Order: sequence, then structure tokens, then C-alpha cells
Amino acid sequence: MTKSKDVDLWISGTEEPDWDSSTTDEGSQEMASTETDYRLREQLGSVVTDDYVFDDEISDDERMIVNMGPQHPSTHGVLRLQIELEGEIIRRTKPVIGYLHTGMEKTGEELTFMQGPTNVTRMDYLASFHNEHCYSMAVERLLGIEVPPRANTIRVLLTELNRISSHLVAMATNGMDIGAVSIMTYGFRDREQILAFFEKTTGVRMNHNFIRPGGIAADLPPGWRADVKAILENIRRRVVDYDDMLKENPIWNGRTRGVGIITPEECLAYSITGPTLRSAGVDWDLRKAFPYAGIEQFEFEVPLGTRGDVYDRYRVRIEEILQSARIVEQAAEAMPKGDFRSDDRKVTPPPRMRIDQSMEALIHHFKIFTEGFRVPAGETYVAVESPRGELGCYLVSTGEGKPYRIHTRAPSFYNLQALPIMMADSLVADTIATIASLDPVMGDVDR
Amino acid sequence: MTDQSQTPEVAAEETRLLPSDEILKGLIEPFADASWATSAGQDVVTLPVDQLRAFGESALQGGFELLSDVTAVDWLTRQPRFDVVVNLVSLEHRLRLRIIVQTDSDVPSLVTVWPGANYAEREAFDMFGINFVDHPDLTRILMPDEWEGHPLRKDFAVGSVPVQFKASHKVR
Repeated sequence: MTKSKDVDLWISGTEEPDWDSSTTDEGSQEMASTETDYRLREQLGSVVTDDYVFDDEISDDERMIVNMGPQHPSTHGVLRLQIELEGEIIRRTKPVIGYLHTGMEKTGEELTFMQGPTNVTRMDYLASFHNEHCYSMAVERLLGIEVPPRANTIRVLLTELNRISSHLVAMATNGMDIGAVSIMTYGFRDREQILAFFEKTTGVRMNHNFIRPGGIAADLPPGWRADVKAILENIRRRVVDYDDMLKENPIWNGRTRGVGIITPEECLAYSITGPTLRSAGVDWDLRKAFPYAGIEQFEFEVPLGTRGDVYDRYRVRIEEILQSARIVEQAAEAMPKGDFRSDDRKVTPPPRMRIDQSMEALIHHFKIFTEGFRVPAGETYVAVESPRGELGCYLVSTGEGKPYRIHTRAPSFYNLQALPIMMADSLVADTIATIASLDPVMGDVDR
Repeated sequence: MTDQSQTPEVAAEETRLLPSDEILKGLIEPFADASWATSAGQDVVTLPVDQLRAFGESALQGGFELLSDVTAVDWLTRQPRFDVVVNLVSLEHRLRLRIIVQTDSDVPSLVTVWPGANYAEREAFDMFGINFVDHPDLTRILMPDEWEGHPLRKDFAVGSVPVQFKASHKVR
């Protein structure tokens, strides 16, 4: 990293007065301006070396390797950790993944472009709309088609509601893992209201297959404005309540402040994106950096943390819920009239009415849903800001009706690389809080 | 045949395509063997495989501080067989850049440049059998350790596992 000299260096023990040193000392790395450039790069995370030194003074009774998971209730799915402990202090961590691997990228090569969303929506099951959106945008980019404004605005509305529901789960499970069980029930209760709206719109609670190449599957249901208004009213009021309940809570603060710290340099070096990156103070949101689906017309802010600890990640998510609520409100107000699907007849099936009247329309409909449409040869990478970070789709087409290669850049997969850094030299009791704050979805990690 | 094939190469050398963006141009120009193109509006650099790490280092110096993705594509009948695709992001310049190298098996690992390439390269090894030279821990990441073959290769069949349902005979 070229800028390693410019970073704000700090020395352990010289933190601000309100810094809780009792929990941070184990997780902090001492940095001093006198250290060599290589050592600094190592500490900033841009150089990786195994700096674990086998300490002979500690007897073997103190050092042990603990296996956590894959069937542990607090690991958010089938995540397995191998933790090397010295007494109560974690020295090394190795995440072991793949227990939920179902070969979705291979499956995607066997499905037509039209069937693709059914596959990708099952990857990150807490943010299924984001997966569909990302995939659809990649296909549309290769096809070279634009979707109508109404489709884009509905996409924004649904993905932002999905972000709220996903962050509510993150908040709920984070609370549950630390021991605040009531926040778990509250989070899931409010998420259910959003899922009920999704069910009304798409027919299913979670794996929607609603955002498709060329637009969306159907228009919003009657009465959607009242539903969205009720959701926003409820979420805004209650999220502030939950935040009031937690942010000053001494137990919550004790368990989360100064725990699982990650620096901005480490985040960038380890490809960590999303709320984790923003909690370290890096202003990076793909919705602002590379706006898509007309999201640039809506006003919102990117909440940032300062210390990159569990508490900051929790706060960033809470603020993001409120910002997403702002976007949803604006999107609902600005909802343009018009078609919700592209008028490109190659991609969009004919309207139901036409099928009854025209033989060609019937054939066309049949062709689209059996063979699918052909996508011009080419390759592209499209990324959206999912609740967990940069969700990308790398798509290669050879001009056939099925993708030649579909690869998903799963944010949880990359974010898991932060776990060994966050947990090094911290207490074993903080493991759970750290995992929960990363909010990994194992369906996304293993695909 | 040699005369014919040499002439267009020389001509291509003279009219080398370079991006209009100053940052990308400055990055690509020193690498004589790198060719730049746009794919669906995105910048793509194709490199000889042995220059990947050198290019990566200069890209990191040039502001591409985040490696967003490493993956591979199997072209089966083509020589060399695989594409290794690296997606980079520059937070500073708000740019994206894609590097594609062609290889039969060996690729220099980018872990020394961006540590975040670790898991992605392990996944590409697991799925395609691409050997990332100098990777610190090139083991399977998603498939079981004892798995044979590399599932995302095109010559690896999709296959199926027979599932026996308890009540299947009643349904029939």
C-alpha cells in the first residue's frame, strides 16, 4: 500500500479517554512511527505473513485447538471455525467453509437466461432481490437493452426494502448472539411485515424470481402504496426504539465496543466491502460510486463508522435502515407510470391478452419459456451494493440460450476473510459477537 | 505464411489501442504486451500470464486498491484452455478494470499484492484446477478435500444422485 506512511498512527494505551481498554488491549496491534516500512505494511494488512510465534513459555495445557461448528447455533449457518487458543485468548482462526456448497454456478450453466433468477435468488437468501437484480443487470448489459423507468424504480423500491429486512435480521441475530433475546424477536417481527409485502407482490416470502432480465415479472399489487407507507411508518418508529434500547445499554456497549476491530487498510487489502468497510470509515457505497437503476435520483447518505468495531457495524446497519427507508419513500412517491417490462419482444413474453388472439404470440411465448432467448456473445461484470457488500455477477455468453459461465462475487465469501484478522488476539467470548457483526450468509458464502 | 502473419502484427503494434482515460492509459502503456479493449462498455486488459503480478503491483500503485474478484472460465478446446479473470476497483478514481490472462494451468498468485485474493484463488483452484504459483495455502475451499476432479470444468458432467423417497412406491 503506497499510503502506508500517511495513515494516522496510534500507539496502544494512548486512545481517547472513553476508550474501553479492558476489552481492546487484546485485539489491538501496537503501531509506532519508528517501525520499519515492511512491518507497517504487515500490520496494515497489505502484506500477509504468518506472524504467529510459538511461545515456549506457555505450557501445552494452555494451548488448545477448539473446533466451533459447523452445527453451532451462533455461527449463522454451517460455518466451522478452527480456533487456536492460549488460555482464553485466540491466537489463530481458520474458517472452514463449503458445507452448504450446492454448485449453483454449475447449475446456472444448465439453466436458460430466463430461468437464471430462480437459481441466483437462492444464493444470498436474505437479500434475494439483490441477487436477482445483479444477475438481470448483467444479462441486460450483454443484451444491450434498457429497462423502462417504472421497472427500475420498482427494483429500487424492492431492493431497498430487502436491505431493511436483511439488516433487521442482522440486528436481531447480533442481539441474540450477545444475549439480548428480546431484540431478536423484535427484529424478526418487523422483518415479517416486509416479507408479507413481498409475498403479496411476488407470491413468495423469500426466493422471489421477480426481478428478471428485461424488467420485473409483474406490476406492484393494488394497495401497495398503503402497505409501503405502513411499513415505513412502523420501521422508522421501531428502529429508533431498538436503537435507543441498545446504543446506551452498558451491557451492549461492553460486549461490542472495541471488539472485532478492523482497520480501513485491512479492509481494502482483504477485499472487504459493505457495512464492514464503512464501519472502518471508508466512504464506499456502490450506489454512490457506480449508480445503477436510477438510484442516483434519490437522496440518501452513506453512514460511516470510525473505529471499525462490532458496535460501529451495528450502528452503520441501523443508520442504513433509516437511509433505505428514505429511498423507499422517495421511490414510492416518484413511481413513474408506464410499462414494467422492456418492450423488446425478444426478451419479454407477449402480454397474456395477445396469446389468446394471435398464433405467433403463442409460439413466441412458448419459445421464450422453453428455449429462452439468445444473448449475444460477450462477457461482463456487474456489481450492486447488497446488504453485505459488493455483490457481483460475472457472465460469459457465447451467443447461446444459456450462459457459458456465471460467477457470483459473493460479498459474504470475501468478508469471511476478515474473521481471522478481527479475532486474532481477542477473547474467545468475543468470537460470537464478531461473527454476528460480519453478518455472513452461508448460502452466499458457499453458493 | 510467416510473412503474412507478421505484417498485421507490426501494423497492430503501430496503432496500439489505448484507453482515453489518463489513469488507465498510464497504467497500460508501459506493458507492451498488454492489449486493451472494451467489453460491453467495460475496460478489459489482456495480458501474457507471466506479467500478471507485475501488472497487479503497478495497478495497486496506480490506485486500484481493492481486488473485487478472481475467477476463471474454461474454454475446453481452446489453447491455452483457461481464462483467469481479475476484477479490480479503484476507490480513488472510481474506476473498474478487468484483467484477463490465458493459461493452461499455472498463474502467478496475486495474494502477495492483494491478500484478499486468497479465498478467490482457492475457489478457482477448487473449481478449475488452476495452479496459483506461490499461493500460501492452495487447498480446496468449497468441495470436500477428498473430492476428485474440478467441478466447473466443462468436461465435468453435471451428474445426478439417485434419491430414494420412502413413499415412492405408493406414488407410482
